[in-house]
Amino acid sequence: MGLLTGSTALITGASKGIGKAISELFAKEGADIIMVSRNISALNAFSDTIASDFGVKVYSYEGDVRNHESIGYIFKDLSEKGIFIDILVNNAGIMIDATLQMIKDDVIHDLFETNVYGTIFCSQLAIKPFLRRRKGSIINLSSIVGTNGNLGQSIYSASKAAVIGFTKSLSKELAPFNIRVNAVAPGFIDTDMTKDMSASLVEKNIGSIGMKRIGKPKDVARVALFLASDLSEYVTGQVIGVDGGMII
Amino acid sequence: MNNNEKLYKSFANALNIDPSLINDDLKYQSIKQWDSISHMMLISYIEEDFGVSLDTDDVIDMSSVAKAREILTKHNISF
Repeated sequence: MGLLTGSTALITGASKGIGKAISELFAKEGADIIMVSRNISALNAFSDTIASDFGVKVYSYEGDVRNHESIGYIFKDLSEKGIFIDILVNNAGIMIDATLQMIKDDVIHDLFETNVYGTIFCSQLAIKPFLRRRKGSIINLSSIVGTNGNLGQSIYSASKAAVIGFTKSLSKELAPFNIRVNAVAPGFIDTDMTKDMSASLVEKNIGSIGMKRIGKPKDVARVALFLASDLSEYVTGQVIGVDGGMII
Repeated sequence: MNNNEKLYKSFANALNIDPSLINDDLKYQSIKQWDSISHMMLISYIEEDFGVSLDTDDVIDMSSVAKAREILTKHNISF
């Protein structure tokens, strides 16, 4: 029996990187998985494998967290099928770097609509079934850049800091109903977001990490698993760094 | 159970109050049990009991039992 046996988890941004690693680990621990991504074909490429490897139900949905209607459809469809989630992982996010003077309005909107509004929209919809059952766990993906700030990332940092404020306030609203809200703040993780960095920047970033290695998506997934499971049943409103001792 | 009784039951369960306290005049924040936090619970009960999905405007507008009935009517629930 896994840590999440009998649970159902919805993970946004599940087609790659941290979202995919979380989906796989949660399934391995016995959860039925609802994966959401703008790229449905990427989800379809591995959803059957997860289902057969771990003997769980896996549902894939095309959805854009920036669009309330798109996300609303998914929750409505799940409700009509009698599927109620216990765990929400607000993982979908984008990172766009630029100094403040160089960042255009549309990029600012895109960052906030994906990283902040998307997290809010999905949480608004998820808490309805959570409230009725007086149980649920929301895990929001923030970033070390949201807690510490970083050069050239003022807007990305602001969006991830907003996720932390949202996490802490929502945790207070929902604690009376036994619904937990926490955040994970990854450091430098080996994903598509970091793969386009120059070798020199990668080397510089690794140099600032106490453990002297880049993090893996599974490092983040394991902390998400802790927050999703009953191992953390008395933990809410927290931001857990997964950064190998990175200093920025 | 007709839909009116069902609605009263949703209120009673969500707000954790005696069904005898529920009438059409009961308004949001008129009793301590119906505050902004328990309002979230109320929406959850009404959505699931009636199989509807309420948007944010509906949630904000649901300021009384009578208003809840009006909103549900808009979602093709008859009373």
